[in-house]
Amino acid sequence: MRVVVCIVSVIVAEDLTKQFGEFVAVDSVSFAVGEGEVFGFLGPNGAGKTTTMKMIQCVSPKTAGKLTVFGMEVSTHQREIKKLLGVVPQENNLDPDFTVHENLMVYSRYFDIPRTSAERIIAELLDFVQLSHKKDTLIEQLSGGMKRRLILARALINTPRMLILDEPTIGLDPQARHLIWDKIKSLQSQGITVVLTTHYLEEAARLCDRLVIMDYGKILVQGKPDELVREYIGTDIVEAENDPKVIACLERNASSYDVLGGRVQVYTNNPQEITYALLKECELGQITARSATLEDVFLKLTGKKLRE
Amino acid sequence: MSYFAVPKISRRVLKVWLRNRDVFMKTYKVNFLPPFLEPLLYLFALGFGLGRYIDVIEGISYVKFIAPALIAISVMNSSFFECTFGSYVRMYYQKTFDAIIATPLSIEEVITGELLWGATRSLIYATIMLPVIAAFGLIELPSSLLIIPFSFIAGFLFATIGMCFTAITPNINSLNYPTFLFITPMFLFSGTFFPLALLPEPIQYFALATLPLTHVVRITRALTLANLSGFLLLSLAWIVLVSLILFVLAVNLMKRRLIV
Repeated sequence: MRVVVCIVSVIVAEDLTKQFGEFVAVDSVSFAVGEGEVFGFLGPNGAGKTTTMKMIQCVSPKTAGKLTVFGMEVSTHQREIKKLLGVVPQENNLDPDFTVHENLMVYSRYFDIPRTSAERIIAELLDFVQLSHKKDTLIEQLSGGMKRRLILARALINTPRMLILDEPTIGLDPQARHLIWDKIKSLQSQGITVVLTTHYLEEAARLCDRLVIMDYGKILVQGKPDELVREYIGTDIVEAENDPKVIACLERNASSYDVLGGRVQVYTNNPQEITYALLKECELGQITARSATLEDVFLKLTGKKLRE
Repeated sequence: MSYFAVPKISRRVLKVWLRNRDVFMKTYKVNFLPPFLEPLLYLFALGFGLGRYIDVIEGISYVKFIAPALIAISVMNSSFFECTFGSYVRMYYQKTFDAIIATPLSIEEVITGELLWGATRSLIYATIMLPVIAAFGLIELPSSLLIIPFSFIAGFLFATIGMCFTAITPNINSLNYPTFLFITPMFLFSGTFFPLALLPEPIQYFALATLPLTHVVRITRALTLANLSGFLLLSLAWIVLVSLILFVLAVNLMKRRLIV
């Protein structure tokens, strides 16, 4: 018996471009997100991640190219698309005049959810994000993590087919972050497609089935996190001090390396061999060997220069 | 993007109106006090205080002369400030508009809902003021009851004016300019505390052409004095026409500001 796995693309972007006057924020990017995937957008500040997200959620019109969500063109089917989306924005925009429950109730009206079903959904969602005990609390009395969880609940009020999360765990403590991660994983298991941006590479590696790394409006690479690490870095990294002797030594061994500030990073699939060679031939003091991570890929591709 | 594209709106504007009503009702104790107290303060200070030195003005007592103006001013202030400072806070600081347009609602519907709410606030204030002023026997009934529906129309006009300023203001402090340069002169020179006829004729025409409050005061006063004339229809037409133009302009200016 043959099992045919057919992955439907729920977002398709072809040569998608966004310009603000002369500035090209998103420069002819193409990608496709499959149904049920967790898909990540990574990149330094100003890379064009949030702009791409805003085009997907139909609040920022594209300048050129093609973009469809659930097979519908974003420039003509905004209402239909927005009905199927749940959005967690980068900035908290809960209504400070309302309590936790009122925030969700007022939001449910925007989706034409009848009051009785809204009450049921709200009770379930508050339970899901563990805020049932804060039902009647005003927004300003919530902690950062609680606000973020409430926004997640708000994004789920219309039982969306796709969630858009712009920096879902920004500014949260590790406990709150892990809770959000659990929730995202559990939503994925319910078949919801998740599109997210994040600056936390560990978060991306943990959550994303596939991701793209963007910079200056372009997609630099896309793929599965572990495959990207293997392809661009190797399994491991050996770090040594930035010293001309080390460099010369690495050149002799034809190793793949980068100089990052005061450190030299050697990309390798065989850390023992490199470490041994460096220690033996180059008389160095400090050498560290560690597993390569997505952060290494990110820094290798986008550089260490600070972005304003 | 055009400044005068006709906004595409649906009954969803009601959801935005409801959101603002819910906030208003949550703080109703603070909200209902000003329209109740304000006319009393003005009536005592100007009507019964200063007015004692004025025997008769245009054939009536001074306090009767200013009573309709107080309602008109309150109609102007309530919707103008709701759609300037109030809307700006919701737009910029609370990001309420961003939260709403992530749902099936469009920015056109958000702005229209805000404007309708501004107009409703004028209606609420006028409705609270009427019995207070009527208690002093200063207005004719039942003609004065027409002020209630009229306050919504007039309130909508000042809401659209306010929203145009909100759409172009660089920051919240700059909203003080239209307040001082437009609202305050209107408050004083729209036939409110002295008849427009005292002003030189060219300035009278200028006031009628550019100061919306003159038309609102004119109609309100005719209603409180039960002294209606055909000329009032012209004022009503002016109000409706200008509101419609500014409504379309306000929505388009806001789209320019928020949809980038």
